[in-house]
Amino acid sequence: MKEKIQISINGKKIKAFEGQTALEAAKEQGIDIPALCYHPDLGIKENCRICLVEIKGKKDLQTACSTRVKPGMEIITESSRIRKARKINLELIFSQHFEECNDCVWNYRCQLLELAKKYGIKINRFLDRKTDYPVYQIGPAFIFDSSKCIDCRNCVDVCEKQGIGFWEIKDRGAQIKIIPSRDKNKDCVYCGQCIVHCPGGSFESPEEFEKIEKPFADKNKIIVVQFAPSIRTSIGEEFSLLPGMPITDKLVAGIKKLGVKNVFDVSVGADFTTVEEADELIKRLNGKGKLPMFTSCCPAWVKFVEFYFPEFISNLTTVRSPHIILGGLIKTFWAKKQNIDPGKIVVVSVMPCVAKKYEITQKKLEINGLKPVDYVLTTRELARLFKRKKIDLKKIKPTKLDSSFGFPSGAGVIYGATGGVMESALRTAVKKITGKNLKNIEFKQVRGMEGIKKTEVRIGSQTLKIAVINGLGQAKKVLGELKRNPNLYDYVEIMACFGGCVGGGGQPIPVDAEIRKNRAKGLYQVDKTNSVRLAHQNPIVKEIYKKFLNERKNIHLLCHTHYFQKKRGLVKILPRGRH
Amino acid sequence: MNLGNIIEKIKDSGLLGRSGSGFPTGLKWEMVKKAPGKKKYIICNASEGEPGTFKDGFILENYPQEVIKGIEIALKTINNSMAYIYLRKDYYRKFKKKLEKLIGNLPIKFFKKTGGYLCGEETTLIESIEGKRIEPRSKPPYPSQKGLWGCPTLVNNVETFYCVAQIARDEYKGNRFYSLSGVKNPGVYELSEKLSVKQVLKITNNWPRFKFFVQAGGGASGRILLEKELNQKVGGTGSVIVYNPNKTKPIYLMKKWADFFFKQNCGKCVPCREGVYHLNQTLRKKPIDQKTLNDLLFALEETCFCSIGRCVATPFRSLIKKMNKL
Repeated sequence: MKEKIQISINGKKIKAFEGQTALEAAKEQGIDIPALCYHPDLGIKENCRICLVEIKGKKDLQTACSTRVKPGMEIITESSRIRKARKINLELIFSQHFEECNDCVWNYRCQLLELAKKYGIKINRFLDRKTDYPVYQIGPAFIFDSSKCIDCRNCVDVCEKQGIGFWEIKDRGAQIKIIPSRDKNKDCVYCGQCIVHCPGGSFESPEEFEKIEKPFADKNKIIVVQFAPSIRTSIGEEFSLLPGMPITDKLVAGIKKLGVKNVFDVSVGADFTTVEEADELIKRLNGKGKLPMFTSCCPAWVKFVEFYFPEFISNLTTVRSPHIILGGLIKTFWAKKQNIDPGKIVVVSVMPCVAKKYEITQKKLEINGLKPVDYVLTTRELARLFKRKKIDLKKIKPTKLDSSFGFPSGAGVIYGATGGVMESALRTAVKKITGKNLKNIEFKQVRGMEGIKKTEVRIGSQTLKIAVINGLGQAKKVLGELKRNPNLYDYVEIMACFGGCVGGGGQPIPVDAEIRKNRAKGLYQVDKTNSVRLAHQNPIVKEIYKKFLNERKNIHLLCHTHYFQKKRGLVKILPRGRH
Repeated sequence: MNLGNIIEKIKDSGLLGRSGSGFPTGLKWEMVKKAPGKKKYIICNASEGEPGTFKDGFILENYPQEVIKGIEIALKTINNSMAYIYLRKDYYRKFKKKLEKLIGNLPIKFFKKTGGYLCGEETTLIESIEGKRIEPRSKPPYPSQKGLWGCPTLVNNVETFYCVAQIARDEYKGNRFYSLSGVKNPGVYELSEKLSVKQVLKITNNWPRFKFFVQAGGGASGRILLEKELNQKVGGTGSVIVYNPNKTKPIYLMKKWADFFFKQNCGKCVPCREGVYHLNQTLRKKPIDQKTLNDLLFALEETCFCSIGRCVATPFRSLIKKMNKL
């Protein structure tokens, strides 16, 4: 850590780290400097011109996001001059931004609106100049309404950071546009990081607000809702709870209040994924199949391989993702047990992810002609539905999970954080290889938010070389390494989003490293206090393997899939006002 | 050629960069020379995009050997360096062959300008050579620390190199090149840099016989001066444009500038991209909303990302202030 130096903010003497920005130093002191194009995940762009401050000795206003503090620096964050400048620039930003506040991923928690109130601006002082700008639909995963875009370029930068560069800047001056790439060698993999890094709410799922009630509408159907591991520590943020607070039972209560009787936890599905994946790993380690083995629960990562790196397709584990396995079990095992026609069941997954909307459209996943999962709602969409139905998760009385599909192990819950899949699989693989469970089942070396974690793990007589990656930019690097040296690793976990699913493209906004860390921490906390912490010890897993998944055929049908090289997905221009 | 301590000589001459920004040339050279870096670049800026300014073209036409000499001195002074001449498209067409002959074996390459007005700004020019979007970079780091391809880079105007060649021969007389238009004898004149606008007009026999006003220092970003205010130096890029208030109405001029800045806009920052757009809109509505006009100019001069954006307000401000006295 660098030396602390003395500076002053608004006349108050404070300590800051040399090289820190004025914005960061102020934030540490609880002084809020508004900033729109600034995002701690991304580089500094200085283009919104809102974080303006006065620095003693400098004639011009300076941007706090880019000003590095120096000893003795005197910073003023509020003055009539600053206020006036911010106000006019905000009014100009609103002239680009076609407001649809009632229909926005920010769910009224948007900074633009907050600043509009704080600075008393007239949001329609200047005519909206982008009203006829196009709306793009990117595959089945999400849309980009460019009439809301404030040209901050966060989407361009985050997509670049993901190693993709699908969002491009076209033209210049006031003609500048953000457009999906036309390069046939580029495709969006639907990670949705552009959605959660956009301050203007220009990105949303298709029908994010119009059709969220549709899955629940048909009274002749039996509705099953399953929610992903990471949702439980993030959805609370939409109801002003702190990031990372696990609220599984409140979430269950909320879903039940929507009139849904059958609520299941995708973490149970994750336990099946774990058992299958551990099995496959052992097989591959014994020479049956290619190494390293890659995880495949993240559909954005899978599409990344299928489109950009098809040569690595056979490295992907064939095990299906947790919600697809559980969805399949719901329409087979559970349907039979309950004596229900599987065709009458509608499975709705609540996911931290928009790529899952694309994943379920794949025909190859169908079981006996039925889709394992019929709808995917994002965390944000479920929160929006709760709000619409006046369900407040902060106040609601908790309800225990339905027991007809058991309860997840702790291993199934940590799937939502980067390293979680790896840790769960290792816990089970150790037992399968050595015949014994570990005393200390925590693999701390695969936890944490670094982009690439590399380590070695000793299991019995062998040493496993493993890597855990979050963020596709990092994944691209590791794939490059593997091209040069294929024996670098035995097992690699990859999640497309920063921090894993806790930072997913379907999660509440805003998001940053601190929020992701807290959401993950909450998941590990659930694991720690769970009585069952190993997937293979989960009673429901044991029962289903004994009664149902006892034949190769069934296991293959429900728990495995295959991959193939993908062509470029569709980008549609939607007529205005109909998205 | 014995250069002696050329940097000291340039410093002693008091030479300021002739691109319009007026940064001390000697200091700039010293910074690049001292900056750590295995490879360094020298760029001769011949993008000349300021309206009413055409002296760089004049110099390339008439004194190309001096410009190349100046670059050669920079190459010798700054170790491990190579140079680019960044040429406006028409200059590239007109002067490339002639310059090539003069360059001979010197490590000097040409680069044909890819953008417009903004490429005069040194970081934008560097982005342009690197094949990136025509937009300015964040400073710091300054080009003298990290410029082209991340290497310390010296960017100087055509005229600055011309002056350096003269300084090296001890022939520098403290002259500069003035571009005059709207006058009886328009053209480029080499005269003392100390002259006032009035003296420049008088000496060149261009003092108008009609009532007039002047835009000095650049045909877009320069300031408006009334007849009685001409006892100051020309400044900026050294251009003087004479207007006859009976023929050129202030609103016409403002629309012309706004249109120019709109077309040349890079689109990076809010006040310039949106501000100039709405400036254009505001000027096209009658009556002009003075409060909005003032607010937009305030945002431009106070909050733009680059110096070019911050200068947009200059001509408007000075014209509005003097509108009643024209």
